[in-house]
This record gives sequence, structure tokens and C-alpha cells, in this order.
Amino acid sequence: MVQNFDKIRRLSADIRIETTKAIGAAGFGHIGGAASIADVLAVLYGGMMRIDPKNPDWPDRDWMILSKGHCGPALYAALALAGYFPMEWLETINKPGTRLPSHADCRKTPGIDMSTGSLGQGISSAAGIALANRLQGRSSWTYCIVGDGETNEGEVWEACEAANHLALDHFIVFVDWNKKQLDGRLEDICKPMDLEAKFRAFGFDTATVKGYDAEAIWNAVEAAKTVQGKPHCILLDTIKGLGVPLAEAEEFNHYLTFGPEEARKSCEEIERRFQEGTYPGGDFKW
Amino acid sequence: MVKLRKEILISPEEMRAAYCGALVEEARKNEKIVSLDCDLSNSCGTKGFKAAFPDRAFNLGIQEQNACAMAGGLARVGMVPFLHTFAAFASRRICDQIFMSCTYAGQNVKIVGCDSGVSAAFNGGTHMAFEDVGILRVMPHVTIVEPSDPVMMRSVVRQVAETDGVFYLRMPRKTVYDLYEPGSEFTVGRAETIREGSDVTIIATGMEVRHALQAAEMLAGEGVSVRVVDMFTIKPIDAQCIRKCAAETGAVVTCENESIIGGLGSAVAEVLVESDPVPMERIGVQDEFGEVGSQSYLEERFGLTAPFIAEKVKRVLKRKKL
Repeated sequence: MVQNFDKIRRLSADIRIETTKAIGAAGFGHIGGAASIADVLAVLYGGMMRIDPKNPDWPDRDWMILSKGHCGPALYAALALAGYFPMEWLETINKPGTRLPSHADCRKTPGIDMSTGSLGQGISSAAGIALANRLQGRSSWTYCIVGDGETNEGEVWEACEAANHLALDHFIVFVDWNKKQLDGRLEDICKPMDLEAKFRAFGFDTATVKGYDAEAIWNAVEAAKTVQGKPHCILLDTIKGLGVPLAEAEEFNHYLTFGPEEARKSCEEIERRFQEGTYPGGDFKW
Repeated sequence: MVKLRKEILISPEEMRAAYCGALVEEARKNEKIVSLDCDLSNSCGTKGFKAAFPDRAFNLGIQEQNACAMAGGLARVGMVPFLHTFAAFASRRICDQIFMSCTYAGQNVKIVGCDSGVSAAFNGGTHMAFEDVGILRVMPHVTIVEPSDPVMMRSVVRQVAETDGVFYLRMPRKTVYDLYEPGSEFTVGRAETIREGSDVTIIATGMEVRHALQAAEMLAGEGVSVRVVDMFTIKPIDAQCIRKCAAETGAVVTCENESIIGGLGSAVAEVLVESDPVPMERIGVQDEFGEVGSQSYLEERFGLTAPFIAEKVKRVLKRKKL
């Protein structure tokens, strides 16, 4: 299938813009790790996943579990842009009675496949979803986005053991390898060692790609789908806060406080860069 | 219809066998039922499930946390997972996974904790869950059941399998007594009054029901008329039954094979203080850790047997007269 990567890149810019606007409307939020997963979300919701936004519970759909549930706003932006719910919902993030809480919640939001937020559990649930689909004879793919800091959690590796033992080959785990966690750099908090080697040691088919290169992500997923008998891990080599100027300006940007005016300026800059075809902080151009 | 046996004897069937038999029966009716184990299938008695349904039994190894959150995922796609491990691990070890990936996520997951309370016996204090019910009871939308004999187990497992939602079922794995005539049927959420009486009500759960019946018999000889209630559903508790017993007998003693903090005694007290309180005493573990020993030694050690219950009844009756 020939993909229109321009369309996916446009979507990744829009996910950044809508996420920044939504967090700006709330006044605070997890912008850093939301920015760094915008491109993988654009690939998944921009054509890779078999989904029907008007029928979020379609049994034969592909599934996506955001194990790093605190980056819900980026996923909400992707879901709204894909048509799961009205764009206006995005401005209600974290407001009283909202259907878009800071952490992903499958009881509240159309298109959220599992409630997540207590780190380490989403990847386990995703393995359960992949197993259930296999038991029910479906060919659905289960995607899961895990934070690099999240791999501190022992449960992540329990899930990997189980996924390998059960040979869950319709299960693709992305690691948002943005090198930073809440309190600082992974290297300083708890050394992650060689993440790709670790996943390989746990029996995964692995690849590392530039996490902001939609075409590279797409191709890595397509390549993973040809490997049978084992689960897959795609390490997204990226930078926390990438592509959102107000986040790029902060060394530690896990959670930032900013308002609608700062958001507006950043969104204009995102759009300007997109039109110019330049990508900040990286070696890749839109 | 519930009928108590005339003579209460050790069951020829271990509790885990009754449980597994009931689960296999449900799994024949519902192909979505799957069994998850954490390297304790020998102990929990689920090998029979694997023999009957090899493709629906998953031994995930010693990783309870992953197993529990996986169960949430399995349920999200419509499976009905039953997760088995010791009660200590089914509560302390995975309480966040039960919360986050099961009940908060609104999933249909069944958690089965065996070796409840003193029945952990020679595994000792490390494995002796006195706090499992307390941990689970504070979690919204979790139903907690503790069947007291194999006949009840069959009736309860059927309802656990058929009813959507998170359930926690606690049980001893080996020796239990036959309390009920075969064919007795129970309704989760509705307590059973299994002995009538007018002076005091003993509300018991699990293996304590037998001790409560023995205590009632001992006290009858002393002219005390004791009502006995099998409160096998600890949450949601049958508040109507508690209020009725309090009003009609004027005193209550609770009996549980667990900590009196957070378990059955707490649940009953919560109902009573919000209605018309009557004097109440609690049999159970008094804020202590478990220890190694035979089950019968531990029942004495923690004051769970009929003579201790009879003493508590006498105490509550004195308070009632004040």
C-alpha cells in the first residue's frame, strides 16, 4: 500500500497543536511525553489501524493501549481528529464532569481501549487483549505505547515474559524512548541499560527508529507484521517535548503550567515550521 | 431453598476440588471463561480445569501483577477470567492491579484467593492473609464472597460466573465441613439464617460458620437462644438482615477467619451504627500477624473456636442487660 505520508505528517502537527491548545485551556498538563508520541499516534490513527471511529467498540478493530496513561491528552487529540468525538471536547480536559480526564479511562472516552495511569499495567492489559483476540479467532493487532521511564516498573518485564511465552505475534509495543522521566534523565534516575537488547532478550522482535519520522515508524510496523511467532517492540528514539516550542524551551518538561496565550504562540510556531518543512531539534524534516 | 445437614462432618471433598468442579461446570456452559494461574495451580486445585480445557488455562508463572492486569485486558475483549493464587497475593500483592485494571476499568474479572486466614497453616505468617477482605472491601464495585461449604461453593461459583463485575472469592483449599444438604441454593448478597434464636445473633462467614453453630449448641444447653446467620457475601453486605437480627435479638457477635479490622465485623458494625445500634462483639484476629501451625492450633491461638465464641456471646448478653 502506498501511503500518503504528507497526510500523516499533517496529522502529527495537528495532534501537537490540539494537544497544546487543550493543555493550555486546562492550564497545566503532561506536555513533554505527549509531544514525543504525536508521530506514532499519527501513524496509528492516520491509516495503520483498522478502526471505525463511528463504531469504537467494533469487535474486529485493532486496539491501542496507552500504557503511559498520563499522556491521555495526545491520544484524545488523535481520537478527536480521527472523528471519535467532537473537537470541542478537547477544551474540557480536566474540567469538572469531563469525559477527558488527564489519564486514559475506557469507561469515559470513546476510543480509549483500556484505563491506564498506574504505570506498568497497560502493557499487561494489552497482552491480555492480544491473547483474548487470538482466543476469539480474530486477526486484530494490539498496539501499546509504553514510556521509557515506565520500564522501571517490574510488571513491564513480567508482561514481556508472558507475551513471549504465549507467542503473541499480533502484539506491537512501542517504547517512547525520549530519555527523560518525571524527576530527570533516565540515566540519572535509574539506568535503563540497552532497552532494545532487553526486549530482544525477552524474546521480542525489535527495531529502533527515529520516533518523529512517520515514514520510518510506518515501515517498522509493516516489517514487524511480517515476523511471526513472537511479539514486537519498536523503540521510538526521540526527544521529550519535541515539536512543541514551549516544551522544547524547558529542559525538564514532563509537566508544565501554561495558559491559552502561550499555547497559541506555540501552535502558530508549530504551523509555521510545518509550512516551512523544518523540524526542530532533530535531523528530520517534515 | 437452604437446608442445614443434621450432622456436620468433615467433607470428603476438599474445598479446592469443589471449587474447580464448579468452575469446570460453568466453563462448559460459557466458552469465554478462562483460568489464570501463577504457578500455584497444584495448590489452588485448578489442574482439573486445565485437563478439561487445555486451551483456556494459562499458567503465567510467578507474576501475579501481570496476571491480574492481563485479566483486565482479557475481560475487555469479552473473556471471563478467573485468576487463582493464595489470598495473600490475591490481595496484598495485586491490590493496585485489582483497582486500576479491573474495578476502575469496569472489567469482569474474578479473583480467587485460596488459603484464607488460618487455613494457610504451615505456610505461616508470611502467607496468612488476615487483611485480604479489608483491602478488597474498600475498592468500589468489588463483590466479596466466602462460601462456607462445598454445596454453597457450587451455588456461589455459578453466580460469580454469570454475574458481570469484579468478584473476590476467598476459601480454604483443603479440609472443610459439609454444612448444607446437596441441592441447597444461595443468592449472593442475601444472608442465610441457618438457626433461629431470640437472645443473640451470631453472624459468621466461611469456616467460622461451623464454629458458630457449635457455640449455639453449647449455649442452648445453658438456656441461651442463639440465632446463627451465614453471611457468605461480605460485600455488598446484607444490611436488611443485620438490622432485622439486631432488632429481634438485641445483640450481635460476628465471627471471621481474618482481622476484625476491615472485615466482616467492621462491615456489620458499619451497618449497626447507622441504624439502631445494639451491643456487638467481634470474634476474629485482633490486629495480629499470623504464624506457623496446624489449622486447629491456629484456630485456638487466635480465638476462633466455639468456646471463644460462647464467651463473647455471654459478654455481649451482659452488655445487653445493662
